[in-house]
Amino acid sequence: MKVTFTINGESKTVETDGDNPLLWVIRDTLDLKGTKFGCGKAACGACTIHVDGEAVRSCSFAAKYAEGKNITTIEGLGNKDNPHPVQQAWIEEIVPQCGYCQPGFMMATAAMLSKNPNPTDEDIDKKIINVCRCGTYYRMRKAIKKAAELTTNSPINS
Amino acid sequence: MAEKKKLSRRKFIVRTLLGGTGVLLGATYLGRNTLRRGFYDLMDDPSMLTYMGDTENPVIWFQISNDNVVTLHSPKVEMGQGTFTGMAQMAADELEIDVDNIQVVHAATSTGNIDQMSTGGSTSIAGFWQPLRELSATMREMIKIEGAKKLELDVSQVKATNGTVSGGGKTLTYGEVVDGVTEWEIPDVPALKDPNDYKYVGKPVPRVDLVDKVVGAPIFGMDGEFPNMLFGAVARPSKIGAKFISADTSKAQGMPGVVKIVEEVDFVGVVAKSMIEAENAKNAISVKWNTDKSWETEDIENLIQVGNGNDMIIQKEGSSGWESDAKEVDQFYSAEYSSPIGAHAQIEPNGAVAIVENDTATLMISTQVVKITRSEVAKRLGLDEEQVNIVPTFLGGGFGRRLHTPHAVQVAVMSKAVNAPVKCFFNRKEEFQNDTFRPPTHHVMKAQVNDEGVITALQHDFASGDVAIDSALVPGFAHTIVGTDIGAIRGGQIQYRNIENVRAISWHVELPFATSWWRSLGLLANTFAIESFMDELAIKKDKDPIQMRLDYIQNDEAGKRLRKVIEVAREKGGYANTANGNRAMGFAASTDAGTPCAHVVEVLVENNEIKVEKVTCVIDPGFAVNPDQVKAQCEGSIIMGMSASLYEKMYVEKSELRPTIYGPYKMALMRHAPKEINVEIINGTGTPGAVGEPPLGPIAAAIANAVFRITGKRLRQMPLSLA
Repeated sequence: MKVTFTINGESKTVETDGDNPLLWVIRDTLDLKGTKFGCGKAACGACTIHVDGEAVRSCSFAAKYAEGKNITTIEGLGNKDNPHPVQQAWIEEIVPQCGYCQPGFMMATAAMLSKNPNPTDEDIDKKIINVCRCGTYYRMRKAIKKAAELTTNSPINS
Repeated sequence: MAEKKKLSRRKFIVRTLLGGTGVLLGATYLGRNTLRRGFYDLMDDPSMLTYMGDTENPVIWFQISNDNVVTLHSPKVEMGQGTFTGMAQMAADELEIDVDNIQVVHAATSTGNIDQMSTGGSTSIAGFWQPLRELSATMREMIKIEGAKKLELDVSQVKATNGTVSGGGKTLTYGEVVDGVTEWEIPDVPALKDPNDYKYVGKPVPRVDLVDKVVGAPIFGMDGEFPNMLFGAVARPSKIGAKFISADTSKAQGMPGVVKIVEEVDFVGVVAKSMIEAENAKNAISVKWNTDKSWETEDIENLIQVGNGNDMIIQKEGSSGWESDAKEVDQFYSAEYSSPIGAHAQIEPNGAVAIVENDTATLMISTQVVKITRSEVAKRLGLDEEQVNIVPTFLGGGFGRRLHTPHAVQVAVMSKAVNAPVKCFFNRKEEFQNDTFRPPTHHVMKAQVNDEGVITALQHDFASGDVAIDSALVPGFAHTIVGTDIGAIRGGQIQYRNIENVRAISWHVELPFATSWWRSLGLLANTFAIESFMDELAIKKDKDPIQMRLDYIQNDEAGKRLRKVIEVAREKGGYANTANGNRAMGFAASTDAGTPCAHVVEVLVENNEIKVEKVTCVIDPGFAVNPDQVKAQCEGSIIMGMSASLYEKMYVEKSELRPTIYGPYKMALMRHAPKEINVEIINGTGTPGAVGEPPLGPIAAAIANAVFRITGKRLRQMPLSLA
């Protein structure tokens, strides 16, 4: 079937089996490799994207449900020249180690901050439930708080 | 571009690979065999077990572009440990160029910059410290020589600063200097800079891969692509010991997207137009596996017992037969500890992207064993090694999981069969069931204490499956010579060598499934046993657990460094020996690969749940090339070690290793991680040593020791649980 949606601000129409996970459409059809495969069962969060602003694990989200939606991936969150406050905070805290899980965490964090600009530790514990094997959680928590500060102080992202 | 041809080769770097000054634990090994002793020495000095490659030719290491960017081809891979950044710092300082002008990439094997060893064992920075600085300093002199020619000056009249060569009022960038140079003159290795003059080495320089990793750049193995690529899937067994016999592929033939079923003597796979089509067709194949025996968790636990398998005394000081020397008044204590099967659970699955055409093969792959991956592919395809190009990518986690890459061969075979590029990766269930696991362990600790409360004898017996056997870091014959598994025994020796009689005995057991390196090898479980037992003895004898340890540390260089980290941890962590309600502190220390490390943990027990609130970690890596990344490695080791200590456990049911997914395989998440981790670095020698694994050592014991103070319960099994 044909599925049409907006991704990182661009309208795209793709031909796919509607039941295929959106992750593979993003990675293999649209060649956006920042969204990662980790488990295929929505258990690790490496594939987290935004669908209409909500954090979604794209490995378990059928492509057909993307019809008409507004999708953001890590590539659309920000870039080298103009990083999103979450990415900026990640850079300032030097969070990544291997880096593989990090886009999923940043997407989950950005979605959380858009609804809850000043999360408590408890909010972070509840909302950020992806898996990082290198153990960067300690720096991630600091970066999430820094991102909250940057977001609150930024006229664009408030 | 700097060109490789017409290089006047001269041996200009003298480096003794298997000599050098090892920081030895100083134990009196039971090694009548000198070769055997040699291997023990190797384990204690990471710089001896690390890099074997070309340290004579700066031109295969560095490429300099016209826009003055130096590309450093690293024969070690980057898996999060920060090696690329440390290398960039060392190179920048000796090359006299801004670190931002250095780009570190993985050296494809076609560059000729090939490491005969693997990336692992916390050895990369230690091993590169001398050769990479020498290579960089030599390259700088080579640039100066060519720069002087272009400026029509004598080399003594030019200087290299900030990526430029200048003299006589004129300046050329390195890029301008190297433009058109085809023949290089290689001078003697110049004197290295005084470490005090370094601008980058020893400083918290941000990771060189930081921004790429924050914007989601396609840098990992699974991001690899070739034009017109097809997708593969390989049927993998779910049961222990299953050997491929045959496959009924009739249902898979003709399924949507299927290009070819590839059946070989040892595996069956599908190549299709998309990953999902390949996966679907693979699932339609009915495979006949040979499984000779059914296994349960209990069978494995029964195998891993001290007393089973081959024993080997790895440490012996003092008199033999110490028990029989015991006086009437002496007291004996003993306790048993154990650790379960652990999964690597790295988030990027294993796999590769291969293109085999004509007489060449190229593979993009996350591997810790570039050289071995190449050899295995070449052998299977009947090619010369030089006809195979391995292009290593960033690893989505290593931890020892990428030391075995049989999947590279499978993907190459499938590519050859369809005459097109093929990409093929494990799914998560296959990852969990075909892992090269951390072996389970069993430990028996025994102590003899005299009537004055002095420990007069201490013995650690421990059983483990394979760790380092067949590993790239250890020559194949090492196991035979040493008589035991030199990975399993990491951390197994007793570091309190002022105890009169000390013994450590390794029991090596064959397991029916693959086990291998898991970050820190035997260190975590061995330290858990030794440091928990030390705490038990302190409590039994009513001694301060930290002071008691200090009393038994010998007064040599290794002992002094260990003493220092313990003393600093006691002070910085504000160690208190008694619980405060349902909170308490726990202490433990270990030395791994020459690096001593001590943790003071603060633990809360609530509703029988163990929560680590704060960790103070003191480490002496010799010298921190990048203090921020040393801290990052400590934080990561603490959290990964905590995860293994408190949550992780694989079990065996009807011959299947389970669980097969995150969640049921419980790991530390954000909510479990300590909110405070303070790392204190001591630069005890001025020369970098191991960092990536040593801080894992003390964590399990430190937590268990704290839990005892809160609950009075001594937890002797990992994962630690009060439920």
